[in-house]
Amino acid sequence: MGKFSKKRGKAKPEVSTASLPDIIFMLLFFFMVVTVLRDAELMVKVSTPYASELTKLEEKSLVNYLYIGRPTQKYIATYGTKPRLQLGDKFATISDIPLFLEKHKIKVPEARHGQITSSLRVDGEVTMGIVSDVKTQLRKSGQLKVNYSAKKDPNAKN
Amino acid sequence: MAKTSTRDRMTNEINAGSMADIAFLLLIFFLVTTTIVEDKGITVKLPPWSEEEPDITKLKKRNVFSVLVNAQDQLLVRGEPTRVEGLRELAKTFISNPNKDETMSEKPTKAIISLKNDRGTSYDAYLMVYNELKAAYSELWDELSQRRYGIPYSDDMPFAYRKAIREEIPFVLSEAEPTAFGEE
Repeated sequence: MGKFSKKRGKAKPEVSTASLPDIIFMLLFFFMVVTVLRDAELMVKVSTPYASELTKLEEKSLVNYLYIGRPTQKYIATYGTKPRLQLGDKFATISDIPLFLEKHKIKVPEARHGQITSSLRVDGEVTMGIVSDVKTQLRKSGQLKVNYSAKKDPNAKN
Repeated sequence: MAKTSTRDRMTNEINAGSMADIAFLLLIFFLVTTTIVEDKGITVKLPPWSEEEPDITKLKKRNVFSVLVNAQDQLLVRGEPTRVEGLRELAKTFISNPNKDETMSEKPTKAIISLKNDRGTSYDAYLMVYNELKAAYSELWDELSQRRYGIPYSDDMPFAYRKAIREEIPFVLSEAEPTAFGEE
């Protein structure tokens, strides 16, 4: 008995924390890579529908987002409850789309202009009227690559 | 000389004890700002804008698979009220026409799906229909790919294979200008 307690008393067992920064850095890099800094506050309620035939949007820099939905609680007093379009961080009308697309285009190298995709993040409850108008405007502006944002159906068959 | 000797004795080291704290700070910042968004969706190629609408009446009636969605989200497929659940099978048999039915497409390359909705159709319903139509095609591609190459149809398969399949069964979906009976 005495032997044991003596040994313990002498050597102070300590967990080495030398590798702690490495572990934290690993976590840090993971989050840095997966992070998308939210550039715009959502002013419309967007809950995308479920679908099964999904493709992934690869390069974030080649994507511009158009949000369509009903204004959130905060903005109902000012903008009403009718579905609205949000471009960047503000409410917009259909006629603002060409300028919005052009502003995004400047940031993309010219050779890759053909790969720009418009992601339509549309609330499932919105009616097609406003969506059709946006689609028509996109076609008129020559932005033909469109992605209807959707979620993977959790209880899908395949 | 004496000076250098003192320097040699001292091991110059930056104290890395606070490294973890700094890393923690950054980590917490990114944890808070992170939104892991799944950027997925149905990719669509819109037709270029033209003033006049393409006239589908010129096409042979047997080659056109018309899908109408009204403001109550009800489906009318080739004049028959249908449910979304059955749409995929209907579209598949129409495109591939395994029994050489007189009323269905002559061959997959001639098949055209015409989709028309109302301005009052809900986006949910529209996307569900679109998804089913796209699923019908991708199932056909998959079957053809399995039959011919023994591998499932995917984006990773050789480009030549994919092109051959897409040429045999091209995805043709024409969307008509929506009607405006049920505008909100």
